[in-house]
Amino acid sequence: MSKKWISVLIPVISIILGLIVGAIVMLATGFNPIDGYIALWNGVFGDSYNLGETIRAITPYVFAGLAVAFAFRTGMFNIGVEGQLIMGWLAAAYVGYAWDLPNGIHAAVAIIAAAVAGGLWAFIPGLLKAKLQVHEVIVTIMMNYIALHVANATINYLSDGKEKTETIKESASLTSNFLGELTDFSRLHWGFVIALAAVIVMWFILQKTTRGYELKAVGFNKNAAEYSGMNVKKNIILAMVISGAFAGLGGAMEALGTFGNIMKMTAFSGIGFDGIAVALLGANQPFGVLLGAILFGSLKNGGLNMPNEAGIPDEIVSIVIALIVFFVASGYIIQLVLTKMGKKNKKNNKNVKGEE
Amino acid sequence: MKKRNLGLALSAVLASGTLLAACGSDDAKKDDKKGDKDAFSVAMVTDTGGIDDKSFNQSTWEGIQAFGKENGMTKGNGGFDYLQSKQDSDFTTNINNLVRRDFDLVFAVGFKLHDSVEQVAKQQKDAKLAIIDEVVEGHDNVTSIMFKANEASFLAGVAAALESKTDKVGFIGGMEGAVIGGFQAGFEAGVKAANPKVKVDVQYAGSFGDAAKGQTIAKRMYDSGADIIFHAAGGTGNGLFTEAKERKKKDAKADVWAIGVDRDQYDEGKVGDTNIVMTSVLKRVDIAAKDVSKLTKDGKFPGGKTITYGLKDNGVDLADSHGAISEKTMKKVEEFKAKIVSGDVKVPELPAKK
Repeated sequence: MSKKWISVLIPVISIILGLIVGAIVMLATGFNPIDGYIALWNGVFGDSYNLGETIRAITPYVFAGLAVAFAFRTGMFNIGVEGQLIMGWLAAAYVGYAWDLPNGIHAAVAIIAAAVAGGLWAFIPGLLKAKLQVHEVIVTIMMNYIALHVANATINYLSDGKEKTETIKESASLTSNFLGELTDFSRLHWGFVIALAAVIVMWFILQKTTRGYELKAVGFNKNAAEYSGMNVKKNIILAMVISGAFAGLGGAMEALGTFGNIMKMTAFSGIGFDGIAVALLGANQPFGVLLGAILFGSLKNGGLNMPNEAGIPDEIVSIVIALIVFFVASGYIIQLVLTKMGKKNKKNNKNVKGEE
Repeated sequence: MKKRNLGLALSAVLASGTLLAACGSDDAKKDDKKGDKDAFSVAMVTDTGGIDDKSFNQSTWEGIQAFGKENGMTKGNGGFDYLQSKQDSDFTTNINNLVRRDFDLVFAVGFKLHDSVEQVAKQQKDAKLAIIDEVVEGHDNVTSIMFKANEASFLAGVAAALESKTDKVGFIGGMEGAVIGGFQAGFEAGVKAANPKVKVDVQYAGSFGDAAKGQTIAKRMYDSGADIIFHAAGGTGNGLFTEAKERKKKDAKADVWAIGVDRDQYDEGKVGDTNIVMTSVLKRVDIAAKDVSKLTKDGKFPGGKTITYGLKDNGVDLADSHGAISEKTMKKVEEFKAKIVSGDVKVPELPAKK
């Protein structure tokens, strides 16, 4: 078996394995796995509404995944994507409803505001890491909590004690009647185009620019990078800021697309944390992240349809979805088995030939 | 319909193989729906608290189940069902999913679903929606269901004032605002009406989830001589129960009482053979859900209106005290209840400004 075949086979086999184990779980708990998977399928692609909602769900995952992956490529663990996303969400919502700008420009300004807010929130751990060698994992985790409560307090202040901010103005919205009608009133918005653009931007930065080369070099080996004359500290801060900007853009998708405002949150949205899994599934490659986000978003949105259509309880759905992700993530094991099998086959073939 | 087909074609491009199976099941579903058109069906969407939150989500579901039982309905399509929301972004999808399954009436539970209800109401003109604990205005296909918690709080105030041996009672609020203000105003008015000499100690915790703060406030109130404390503070109120139970454990004869909120919280107050929960101010979301389902079934869906449930409609009430309230006091409570129902006593909706 050639290497090319293996790389195609691995994700396919892992998804199938995940589905099989998920089916066993459903059987064991007394539910029909075929009904369950048909419901999952319909929840993802079933009709234009579900397809629209699936793409909407994928969009923020793309940004969260890119944010984590970008930091990873420069050798840092940005666990603070959740917090940066919340700050971006807040900034975009505020600019969206409080400012008066012409059509088109308004949305662009709100999106930029989100990227700046996310970037600034990530600048702090970047600075601490570069100047004082404070580990970014601790700082970013803690800053998630700070972001959550700062956002809640700000919403409280802005809205005079209400539970959410005002709705953004039409001029800042990414939603469109065209997309809504096309998908039977789903909340699909133009954000997915921005997400695709972001994937290309990240690929471009990392592969085509000197700065990107430096960032990667710092990620591979800090000391070597410094020895060859690169400014490691500056690159660390820059990497965190860019990563945070991606996360902030993810927040803008929620503010300008899905919700049109920001509400007080009692718990994290979870998108930022899922972004870690998305990045790892995508091997920290921009296009890999896109695939990872598609898998995550599809399962999340399709999963909603399993209780709806097949009557399978949410708890079982969560287990099934976790199993699918688990098997996709453990693709390495399957790779090992496949290569071993390939070797055995070759041996067998040789033996057969020898006997002849 | 054309657009839908276009979307279908879109998904066909994305994934060709299994689509046939998916389409097949889609057709089957459509047939089902036609068959169910005659029978009345009802469903609900929870907020992120989940179906077993021991609060209004659970209550709504209990009401729907009771309604289903009475009308010989079964769980599932064409009967009654629920969907849980795990994230805020699930609200709209869940409501839409239920509307698409042709449920005749869909309940949305909690103020957090306001925007989603508004959005779906705008797009799906034929859908009938009902929102609980929040008002959605300007849509003929939405009913808003509110509760006059101040009326039941008034009765709790009457009971507390008459049962207090120290002539001092306490009120712990979650967050200041119109909702909890109603509880406070009712409670204070009730105390004043029953015995003007009794003082009410009012403090807000600033949170619905801070049990530690709830306990600190309860401790201070009991220490300063209050013997009955009423809380309208969600999870913060758990601190009140903890403090009261600890005091009761140390001294079985201690006069410490708590009054619960929303549902009968009797189970939270057990200390050995005794119980520190005197009564609870009930919000009968289940009755409201049953009521609105019945109205809709009879073709009298109160669209575009806000229905407020008070003592009169059994929408709010006091829970069974399990003997903690004396018969003499209960008589007085019943008297006031009759007066509120008849309109002789008007219960304020907001606390007096200081």
